[in-house]
Amino acid sequence: MDIKAFAEQRISGLGDSVLTHLNGLGNFTNFTFRTLFWAIKPPFRFKLLFDQLYFMGNKSVFIIFLTSIFTGAVFAFQIYIGFKAINADSFIGPIVTIALAKELAPVLSGLVVAGRCGAAMAAQIGSMKVTEQIDALEVMGINSYQYLAVPRILGATLAMPLLSGIFLLIGYWGSWLIGVKVIQIDEIMYTQKIGDFMNLGMVAEGLIKATVFGFLIGVIGTYQGFNVTGGAEGVGKGTNMAVVWGMITVLVVDFFLTSFLAKIL
Amino acid sequence: MSEFSVEFRGMTKKFGESTILNNLNFGIHKGSITTILGFSGAGKTTLMKHILGLVMPTEGDVIVLDNVVNQLGELQLREFRRNFGMVFQYAALFDFLTSYENVAFPLREFTKMNEAEIKAKVMGLLESVGISEVAATRLPSELSGGMRKRVGLARGLALDPHIMLYDEPTSGLDPITTHTVYDLMRDTHRRNQDRGFTSIIISHDIHATLKYSDYIVFMENGKVVEHLDVESFKKSENPIIRRFLEL
Repeated sequence: MDIKAFAEQRISGLGDSVLTHLNGLGNFTNFTFRTLFWAIKPPFRFKLLFDQLYFMGNKSVFIIFLTSIFTGAVFAFQIYIGFKAINADSFIGPIVTIALAKELAPVLSGLVVAGRCGAAMAAQIGSMKVTEQIDALEVMGINSYQYLAVPRILGATLAMPLLSGIFLLIGYWGSWLIGVKVIQIDEIMYTQKIGDFMNLGMVAEGLIKATVFGFLIGVIGTYQGFNVTGGAEGVGKGTNMAVVWGMITVLVVDFFLTSFLAKIL
Repeated sequence: MSEFSVEFRGMTKKFGESTILNNLNFGIHKGSITTILGFSGAGKTTLMKHILGLVMPTEGDVIVLDNVVNQLGELQLREFRRNFGMVFQYAALFDFLTSYENVAFPLREFTKMNEAEIKAKVMGLLESVGISEVAATRLPSELSGGMRKRVGLARGLALDPHIMLYDEPTSGLDPITTHTVYDLMRDTHRRNQDRGFTSIIISHDIHATLKYSDYIVFMENGKVVEHLDVESFKKSENPIIRRFLEL
């Protein structure tokens, strides 16, 4: 193969890849706006929303509990090891709590929910797609976006700040156990320093991030479900994509949200 | 009022460069059992999706129950689709609901019936398709293929549709169950015939088609090769149809 043909092949391949990704982005944007449009149109399916809130919120509490208590505890311990050398170990409380409030609670809750609920959304909707159950809804005159996507996206959007709040409280408790009960920092000093350095804006920042992450996880999970093709293999692929893209999106969007929120809060 | 439940007027459907349905001009008689017959890839399922307004034609019109389907807005289409019942190839029952709940689903969505009325209607429908009270409490995964089709038929009939669509209703079933399902479809049709009930079957089962249909639309490569009543169809000299009949 001569150099010209090789270059043409490479450029053509690159062009195809860019077009495919742009097309995918267009479809995703279209899906998002379509779902938002149907979210504000009656009928409002509150029972389905509460079912999703129960599944994504209530059923995620235990795993959030485990993740948060050990995150708080291990983070407190690591800060202690580092700060002991400069005799600043009394700052464990504010450092851990601020990190939990602004970053760790929303991001780690997001990763847990993307793994647990994003996968479930894609698998449930994907299996309905390949077995024509979504067609059955449409033939009955029921909008499948409104019936399947809207409750899941709203459920994730509402559940995520709640889970992030729980993560913050339990994570704080985990750090308190290490700081006050294990390392023996004075309890009053521990809590007072948190009050000195922390403000409500930091908590708000975490909750805003969690809400955005919940929305994105919901949209990605349902989008992947609706776009499943083929049979069981397609459902597996869609589920995998929902988890991978959900997690990547949480981490990438976190960076941009942090930059943006730092200016307004 | 038209003599047709469904009518295609110069209807063509293209996906990109490929023409899936090519200049269709025919009507499906009101009150008839019409089977759309043809080899795989003939365009049968795409045709059915046009009837439901799930796919819109590239050219021409699809007229169903005096509505020009391709001129209806999205909300009108959803309302319009309540005129249909449909039995899918693999029943497409909601796998998270029992048989009873599957049949009750459209009633809960679209009627103001109370639970007692819903129960009476659902049990009546399930009984009419031969589903016992015990089977009514089972999930679709616990039912045989034939039973799933019956529950699918009961669900399709729940809102007293004007047109019943069957997409390959007996694929995957043994010959005896196939005939049981066809008998059931014919009985259902007869019970509802006085209100102009039309049954449209997508199939490639020539023997069942000849036995149970009033009219046959034979398609190949997106075109209608013949649209005849069953007796005329049997006598057709068209070589493609002769080949199909001799299978």
